Amino acid sequence: MSATLAEHTEPAPLSISRPPTNAEIVWDRFFRGACFCFAWLTILLVVLIIWEIGKHAFPAMQAQGLEFITGDKWDAGNNKFGILPEILGTLYSSLLGVGIATVLGVAVAIVLTQDFVPPILEVFLKNVIELLAAIPSVVYGLWGIFVVIPAIRPAANWLHEHLGEIPLFGTRLSGPGMLPAALVLAIMVLPTITAISRDSIAAVPPKIREAAYGLGATKWETILAVILPTSSRGIFGSVILGFGRALGETMALAMLVGNASNISWSLFAPGNTLAALLANKFPEASRVEIDALMYAALVLLTITLAVNVLGTWIIMRTAVDTKGGR
Amino acid sequence: MSVLPIRRQTMVEGDIDLSKLERRLREPRTLINAALNWLVAGLTVLAMVPLFSVIFMLLWRGGQRLGIALFTELPPGAGMVGGGIGNALLGTVIMVGIATLLSVPVGILGGIYLAEFGPNTKTASVVRFAAKVLTGLPSVIAGVFVYALVVTTMGTFSALAGGVALSILMLPTIILTAEDAIRMVPHRMREAAIGMGCTQTQAILKVILPTARPGILTGVMLAVARAAGETAPLLFTALFSDYWIRRLHEPSASLAVIIYDFSGQPYPNLIEIAWAASLVLVLIVLGLNIAAQFYLRKSFTK
Amino acid sequence: MDTHDHAPTPATIKPAAPAPVPANGAHANGNGNGHSIVEVKLKALYYGSFKAVRDTDLAIKRNAITAFIGPSGCGKSTVLRSINRMNDLVRGFRFDGHIHFRGRDIYDTKIDPVAVRRHIGMVFQQPNPFAMSIYRNVTFGLRLNGYKGNIQDKVEQALRGSALWDEVKEKLHQSGLALSGGQQQRLCIARAIATEPEVLLMDEPCSALDPVATRKIEELMLELKKRFTIITVTHNLQQAKRVADMTGFLYVDTTQGARTGYLVEYGPTEGIFNDPKEKHTKDYIQGAFS
Ligand SMILES: Nc1ncnc2c1ncn2[C@@H]1O[C@H](COP(=O)(O)OP(=O)(O)OP(=O)(O)O)[C@@H](O)[C@H]1O
Ligand SMILES: [Mg+2]
Repeated sequence: MSATLAEHTEPAPLSISRPPTNAEIVWDRFFRGACFCFAWLTILLVVLIIWEIGKHAFPAMQAQGLEFITGDKWDAGNNKFGILPEILGTLYSSLLGVGIATVLGVAVAIVLTQDFVPPILEVFLKNVIELLAAIPSVVYGLWGIFVVIPAIRPAANWLHEHLGEIPLFGTRLSGPGMLPAALVLAIMVLPTITAISRDSIAAVPPKIREAAYGLGATKWETILAVILPTSSRGIFGSVILGFGRALGETMALAMLVGNASNISWSLFAPGNTLAALLANKFPEASRVEIDALMYAALVLLTITLAVNVLGTWIIMRTAVDTKGGR
Repeated sequence: MSVLPIRRQTMVEGDIDLSKLERRLREPRTLINAALNWLVAGLTVLAMVPLFSVIFMLLWRGGQRLGIALFTELPPGAGMVGGGIGNALLGTVIMVGIATLLSVPVGILGGIYLAEFGPNTKTASVVRFAAKVLTGLPSVIAGVFVYALVVTTMGTFSALAGGVALSILMLPTIILTAEDAIRMVPHRMREAAIGMGCTQTQAILKVILPTARPGILTGVMLAVARAAGETAPLLFTALFSDYWIRRLHEPSASLAVIIYDFSGQPYPNLIEIAWAASLVLVLIVLGLNIAAQFYLRKSFTK
Repeated sequence: MDTHDHAPTPATIKPAAPAPVPANGAHANGNGNGHSIVEVKLKALYYGSFKAVRDTDLAIKRNAITAFIGPSGCGKSTVLRSINRMNDLVRGFRFDGHIHFRGRDIYDTKIDPVAVRRHIGMVFQQPNPFAMSIYRNVTFGLRLNGYKGNIQDKVEQALRGSALWDEVKEKLHQSGLALSGGQQQRLCIARAIATEPEVLLMDEPCSALDPVATRKIEELMLELKKRFTIITVTHNLQQAKRVADMTGFLYVDTTQGARTGYLVEYGPTEGIFNDPKEKHTKDYIQGAFS
């Protein structure tokens, strides 16, 4: 059909232009179609993931019902499964880890943006933090076992002996436990929190900063009273995203948290998380147990999806806000 | 006469007490400032400790075993001496290779769709949302999904299933970085190509993709680096194997899983192997990351 | 704004012309006859709901340079880009009317815009070489059109044609982006003329260039019109006077709140500049030269 232009017009003597050949047109159509299909594949994949896990979890949902969520025993022998300790452990470890990471990450973000160190050091520091994100979590797990646990054990046990009445220090740290897991988790989400906080702090318009300095505020008064409040939404978004990552983090926790279905306030007590439960139980699980694990996976998926969507939404709204403000 | 007003002025200035302009350590303001400076400095140093500690441990504990045997021998059994991670390294390479073959075409063509064919369509925003969801997908969930989909259908753990699981984790990175890289191509190049009578496909393949190649390749390298270090998706898809891999539809060892398995063993030899495997893994991952950065920077300065 | 008086009237109308001739075919509608090669009969042109241009009819003379002048935002680029259907890239673009290229309506639904663009080349305001070598930039169109002949010769011919050959013959395999702005623009011209399109659209080709480079491009245009039909947009009235055979004045009276541009006057350049018929044209040209 593209030939029509040439057919109905006399050939130009000089021109070597020719209309696209049929092959070119077919290839164009095919390529567009392929791109469209592959884009759709991404959507399909998400739907399929939810569908497959939901389908496999269904028998367990019927058999266990809501007691699955409120039960606190994982008893494969009697087909009685409950994941309350795992749910609480997931939230507890993530909150601790993200809490630590937020303090560190915001401090680093301030150092990176507010002219505390020479530019070359800024670059170095930024790269160090980014490299943290590149190290595989299983390596952090190994490091946690052989470095973090021995390093914090004396202090932890000293705290337990002297302040043992406080629930946080209610048990000894005999090996794996909540605190080492949370510490390693903090390191793993630190790059996320630092990067996004840094971006939102850097997005504070210079004129706002100058206005504060112009009023005679010190550097820290400016940072605390003007810059952090202005960028707080972005920082909050980064914390939520970091939280989302922490919830789903698997290996470091599977290696460090202790794998005990145990509910405790103590930082030093072993516990468990949903992701660690999956990693530890799945390879050797029986049929029925696998159904229950699928149910647990569905719970984990739901929690992380909700948190991630929330974080993305907050960051997107911040982006719109700062854009509109300019 | 005229001197008087000037003098009066200086006296007024004197009333401000100019000495207050000097820094004084006692002033609470200054003190708080100094304390906060020290606090962030301390926190920043603290944030850097882990990286150096990890690197030191890897070099110290893992470096001892670095040698030919590490790469050519099979993992040792409990209580045995020697051995290596040959099959695990090969397994990781094969599974990451499978994952790359699966995710790169889908990711790049999907990215092209997002950037070129339907940037503002409903489909595109749903695809972008799906990719973001996949970015935040816990890696263990990818394993569970592939277990349900592939392992139960094939009836066996396999390297293939491991590769599929890894590809799910690579896909979002590739699709989103490809979209960004393609969008960065100046609009006037696109116009020039269309203006010459390119079909949209020709404009993309001949002009836009070559221009966006550094960005796209960087995304692929980062995705490969991430996949190489992933453990959770392999635990119950590829499982583990003590032998060299011979077929794609049988279980396979991998660097990540060998680290996990050996880290909990009471045998010093196995722990050493775990550290050595970690060193190799980190070298691969960091190498890919640095190569990606370097490549991107080089192509920008060109 | 009526084009009857100024547009060259076709001597003959080819009987074989398949193009649907509007009922009021009183004005020029030559089908690739000796004079006009492109005929614009634009009723209205929309970007989304915004009507950007209305009532613009003109016939472009073969082997001549036609210039569009007019205040900013009056739709010069829009009209120019409609001639090789570049505006199809804009979402919401709608064209009501016809543009005949050698007697064929290129807005006919059966026409493939890609094919149109292969016959009607374009040079843009900003130089936009591809991120590849000079050589590959020039051969791009040749390869696109599946050219079988001697590529080397064609490259030299195109680069000589754009007065760039002597400056780049030593470094054909270096990146086209490494050239100066003026050289880049001439490279883009070489790229466009390598495939010998019949019509060359040039949207303010000199606006990013200094006076010396501008002068070079102008000389080049005068040289090129022997082989091509050139339609150009310019803000530089001196330039229009120097190079254009025909000039079209487009206008939009933003002071009255109107935002839709239209063709006010079209005719031989001499006439437009020395003896404008319309008041708007007179005001605009006087304003520019006073
Ligand atoms: N892609 C587009 N989408 C929407 N509106 C457009 C687009 N391109 C141009 N317009 C509008 O159409 C009108 C004519 O624009 P055009 O670029 O054709 O003007 P012009 O005469 O070339 O101006 P200039 O001399 O500044 O280049 C303007 O009001 C402009 O805002
Ligand atoms: Mg314009």
